[in-house]
Amino acid sequence: MSDTLPPFQRFLDTHRDEVWRFLVSSVGPTDADDCFQETFISALRAYPRLRPDSNLRAWALTIAHRKALDSHRAKARRAVPVDDVDGLDRHDGLGEPDGSGGNGEHPAVTRDERLWAAVHELPARQRSAVVLRFVGDLPHSDIASAIGCSEEAARRSLHEGLTKLRKAIPA
Amino acid sequence: MSTTDPHAIATQLRQGAPGANASSEHAARAAQRVSAHAAQARLADVSYAPVDSPLGNLLVAATKRGLVQVAFPEQQVDTVLDELAARISPRIIESPASLDPIRRELDEYFAGTRRNFDLALDWALIGPFAKRVLHATHDIPYGHTLSYAEVATHAGSPRGSRAAGNALGSNPLPIVIPCHRVLRSGGALGGYAGGLDKKRWLLGLEGALAPHP
Repeated sequence: MSDTLPPFQRFLDTHRDEVWRFLVSSVGPTDADDCFQETFISALRAYPRLRPDSNLRAWALTIAHRKALDSHRAKARRAVPVDDVDGLDRHDGLGEPDGSGGNGEHPAVTRDERLWAAVHELPARQRSAVVLRFVGDLPHSDIASAIGCSEEAARRSLHEGLTKLRKAIPA
Repeated sequence: MSTTDPHAIATQLRQGAPGANASSEHAARAAQRVSAHAAQARLADVSYAPVDSPLGNLLVAATKRGLVQVAFPEQQVDTVLDELAARISPRIIESPASLDPIRRELDEYFAGTRRNFDLALDWALIGPFAKRVLHATHDIPYGHTLSYAEVATHAGSPRGSRAAGNALGSNPLPIVIPCHRVLRSGGALGGYAGGLDKKRWLLGLEGALAPHP
């Protein structure tokens, strides 16, 4: 059935987990929910105009990526110092790994938090490239169309972002 | 380890930010809020919900115009929704709250306290000939029956009883458009898309079950 789009509810159910994961990684758990709502409401509005043979997963992540950018911009405009560690506060229950990441070592958690704080401080294009590539698992071509640049530029942003992260987070 | 393993960061990034993974439940709840908001803001073209009934779990679907489909459990939910997506709009969401009035009327009907449905209907899935047949069927009062030939006559095609049977067999709004009230001449049950046991049950509910000839 590629000549018609799947019912929107199925699209939502199929992609909700990866969009959520992408958004928590992009903007932190506090803002993820608003971005998630905006992502799928925008998707619902545009849905009938979508070509049935579109890559729905890449489309969902592209919209989520735009909402994440908006959220970052809004945050910058509010001129509140970026305090991502606050967003990762354990009180919201989101920070509790369900046993999978349970090494129980605080330094490991801290390193993770430091890494993601560094991701959030990357320039927008590099941050988008890094999160779309590694959390969204999108190929360079889809990252390029999500960001709106050439594939070459997407590769470069990804590389620059990773280089910065390696400097920021020594082993 | 004093140097950064080039793959370490990539591996760590792949795991997502803290909170990104133990989050399927959060995502499910967030998705429910999307559906609820979409229904409330009337952004979807079709809403659907399951309705529990003595005939099993029905799927009901409505557009802005009204009830558009009632599907029996024998029809695969995915197939029903795919067809609605192709024939009406892919903008389909699950929204139990917006189908509450429909659920209430069906509950009352199954409890024997309602004889007529006051629901607005959307005839979008019904073609022109079927529309005439199903309009005639819609007019059969609770507890009464007509034969296929009689329904065909009421629909303006006195010789079209076979075609009328086909139209009734593909009725997208069973129970509400009471195709179970159409029998063979002589009183045999004839056919029913949901299965003859359901037809018998509905006629029994309405006290219209003639002794089997």
